[in-house]
Amino acid sequence: MSLNSITERAPGAGPSTAKWIGWTVAALAVWGVVYSQLVPFSDLVVTSTHIDPNSHLGEAISFFAYDTPKVLMLLTLVVFGMGVVRSFFSPEKTRAMLAGKREGVGNVLAASLGIVTPFCSCSAVPLFIGFVSAGVPLGVTFSFLISAPMVNEVALGLLFGLVGWKVALTYLVFGLAVAIVSGWVIGRLHLEHWLEEWVRNIRSDAVDLPPEQLSVVDRIKAGIEAVHEIVGNVWTWIIAGIAAGAFIHGYVPADLLASIMGRDVWWSVPAVVLIGIPMYSNAAGIIPVVTALLAKGAALGTVLAFMMSVIALSLPEMIILRKVLSVKLIAVFVGVVGTGILAVGFIFNALFS
Amino acid sequence: MKVVKVLGSGCKRCVATAEMVQKEADKFGVPVTIEKVTDYAAIAGYGIASTPGIVVDGKVVHAGGLPKPDDHARWLAA
Repeated sequence: MSLNSITERAPGAGPSTAKWIGWTVAALAVWGVVYSQLVPFSDLVVTSTHIDPNSHLGEAISFFAYDTPKVLMLLTLVVFGMGVVRSFFSPEKTRAMLAGKREGVGNVLAASLGIVTPFCSCSAVPLFIGFVSAGVPLGVTFSFLISAPMVNEVALGLLFGLVGWKVALTYLVFGLAVAIVSGWVIGRLHLEHWLEEWVRNIRSDAVDLPPEQLSVVDRIKAGIEAVHEIVGNVWTWIIAGIAAGAFIHGYVPADLLASIMGRDVWWSVPAVVLIGIPMYSNAAGIIPVVTALLAKGAALGTVLAFMMSVIALSLPEMIILRKVLSVKLIAVFVGVVGTGILAVGFIFNALFS
Repeated sequence: MKVVKVLGSGCKRCVATAEMVQKEADKFGVPVTIEKVTDYAAIAGYGIASTPGIVVDGKVVHAGGLPKPDDHARWLAA
């Protein structure tokens, strides 16, 4: 993250605000024009290599030349939009909305707020304690902690770019459902006594922070900052992932995977959920690869279950949470969320062919 | 002398925040002692839900993400 971009002094209202909005609109317009030219661009790339576009190599190159800019552009747009939206939220405001909420309503609200509240996994422990000690029920806190990392802008932006908005929306809806139901189930189990003892003993009053006053310019800057930070971090993974996807696209015979990841293979769903648990942080690289498998006979439910497992159940996060949760509670957490993801995989494979 | 506590487990942003406080304080010529609070229980005691947090003379003024540079002047002047 560059300090220069944030140490600039915030310009006052008036002409400067108009200028920022003008530039943002202009940038979005340029985005639209460039985006509409991606197909001719990828054709041009393939033609310029003098490779038969119908050969394996030609198909792989065309996939790579079209998908890389497309995915990066859509991801940038989604991350920018999410950065602006998130400037309206904070974990403290979310906590105030959730404190004392009943289970059920609270789980739905917590999972939804998990999408828009700024969240960093390095902050997971303070957030957990901050929520629980201020009277947010344990199950409601879990709904937030499941949804926040799982339904994130990178996953949504990548799915949008690679397989279209329908699958992205499906991921969002079912991700929310898993977070709501898992949190509700954990709440019903009444496992408060499985928290680490020092966590149970903390009684703190939620602090009233001085209200933050953000101008439109600050919010636009927040969006730009998010793009800088997130896209700047994951773009190498994405390109590597798309390159692997391009290879699969061009060289792996269609339907090869139907016998392993197809919808008739019931055991593939639990298998991918288990494989997904130890995998972490390569979500940006893994999504382009697994979506390429879709065209080769892998079932959508199986692929979605795999992505959710990779993103929502991660070993490093469990190690962080071990500071506040007992091993038994972590096991319940993994069991409940894993079951939810399994259900998503099976339901999908049963409903869509 | 103002006592500024930076609350956070030692993540990159927490370190950057502490450096930023020191830099801004030097700029305004306000003498400060910066103390890093890394213990989770102690952080939780301040009632915040996100880190890094900033406490100036016992009062929580910021939580979550890097603070805006303009805010430092206000906190340090108070």
